[in-house]
Amino acid sequence: HQVLRIKTKNEGQVKQLQLLESLEHLELDFWIDPSAPALPVDVRIPAAGVQSVKAFLESRGIEYSVVIEDLQDVLDKEKQDMAESAQRERSTSFDFGSYHTLDEIYAELDRLASEHGFVEKIQLGQSYEQRPLYALKFGTGGSDRPAIWLDAGVHSREWVTQASALWIANQIASCYGTDSSVTSLLDKMDLFLLPVANPDGFVYTHTSNRMWRKTRSKIPGSACYGVDPNRNWDAGFGGPGASDKPCSDSYHGPRANSEVEVKSVADFITNHGNFKAFLTLHSYSQLLMYPYGYKCTRPDDYAELESLGRAAANAIRSVYGTTFRVGPICTTI
Amino acid sequence: PAGRAVAVAVALLRYRRGGPARALRLRELRRARPEDIKDVGCKYYLELELEDVLDKDSTVNCTAEVLYHLGNKNIAPDVQFTLEGELKSTEEADHVFYTRMRSLEKELVAENIPDSHGHVPPELEPLHLLAWVASGYLVWQNSTENTQLQLAQIKHVKQVKRSDKYLQFDFVVLLHEKVSQEIIPWEMTVLWHPRDGVQVTRDSRQPGHA
Repeated sequence: HQVLRIKTKNEGQVKQLQLLESLEHLELDFWIDPSAPALPVDVRIPAAGVQSVKAFLESRGIEYSVVIEDLQDVLDKEKQDMAESAQRERSTSFDFGSYHTLDEIYAELDRLASEHGFVEKIQLGQSYEQRPLYALKFGTGGSDRPAIWLDAGVHSREWVTQASALWIANQIASCYGTDSSVTSLLDKMDLFLLPVANPDGFVYTHTSNRMWRKTRSKIPGSACYGVDPNRNWDAGFGGPGASDKPCSDSYHGPRANSEVEVKSVADFITNHGNFKAFLTLHSYSQLLMYPYGYKCTRPDDYAELESLGRAAANAIRSVYGTTFRVGPICTTI
Repeated sequence: PAGRAVAVAVALLRYRRGGPARALRLRELRRARPEDIKDVGCKYYLELELEDVLDKDSTVNCTAEVLYHLGNKNIAPDVQFTLEGELKSTEEADHVFYTRMRSLEKELVAENIPDSHGHVPPELEPLHLLAWVASGYLVWQNSTENTQLQLAQIKHVKQVKRSDKYLQFDFVVLLHEKVSQEIIPWEMTVLWHPRDGVQVTRDSRQPGHA
């Protein structure tokens, strides 16, 4: 399709154009209608009619110039420009597909909270090195609703878990209202999401040692630092799978809940009083596990947990074929 | 426990059949049967399907026996295996890597492969694969029924030019022990030639934490 700009010299020529306009079969699209001789007339002509319209104008001595040689080209380029600019806009916003620093993650939590009314940033406490422990609360109303807990980054070197938690947060925030399962879930329950459970360790993996796992607390009587937060809980404390040696990567600590990061979470959950489910993300491996880890007896809800685990693993597999092994921690890990 | 025996068998297999252009890994565990042998130790009979990491459609079947000796925990487990099926030839890729390394004016030096973000520069992929293959030897030699070692990262690698036909690389790798969760630095000297396969000629566990 071409766009022509026509310069009429007199009333007679204007009348010729008005005649042209009335010929519906030509499907001419006048962007500026012919009205007075001094004013230019812009018209879009479908490809099939271009030659005959030009011939018509030339035979009557009506001046014209080609303003747009190929309208499709222009439209294509504009579409491309828009896509590129949207891409640029997206890349100046958070890239969920790459790893970030603590500050970047905390900034993104602020953005999620400010952009969604049902998302609130809360502080559970402070780490050993006095960094805030920030979590997101997803709550659409009610009071004392039953709640679900999800944490990541308990072990600081497991970077894919903090990244996953952030993606999950964004996914849930964006899908509320459009995805039926997210909506029905949040309409009945609250979700608490702690993306960086061990911020001191996380910063340490960025600044000093990519393989750091524990907290960064000073251990009295030892040259080594840090306690494995996932051996510090007050359940089967000091049992198999935990070490009593301060320099070990699975050191359980001097006593249960000795680590402020762990105590803050335990206190929060106890004080809330209405948590129904607790999920924690770790890497690597593809294992979907339920209690117990510190003993090998079956939990009371074994059958339900096993069937829930299988359903979840099937759902995961259906997306890209990724297989997770399901079972109790004791026999699976 | 059976899982650990499988890991040891696969590690040794990877070492024996791998190179800068081929590494085998477990695709599926078909069968694992433990057997307590009185006064000797615990044996596992395994049926595995392995795949080539660089060509996932290329698979082989394997039967293996892993024997953990009673008593002396410092002896590596005995591993016997038979492979069924042909693996694709990697002659061309091997030749490319070999000539490229031989013709370097300055000996190659690199560190942190993969980097903190999990990236491996494409030109270092063959070296990364070679390290993973060679680490199979370390895993086999140092595994017990209660440990499971895995290569986490190449901390440092230095090429050492030789007057004979072999390529030599001195590595410091980080091994992750999955049960204790420790990260263990380990030095290893690796020799390779396209027709000779991979050899770890010297290795030593380093003190301290990564």
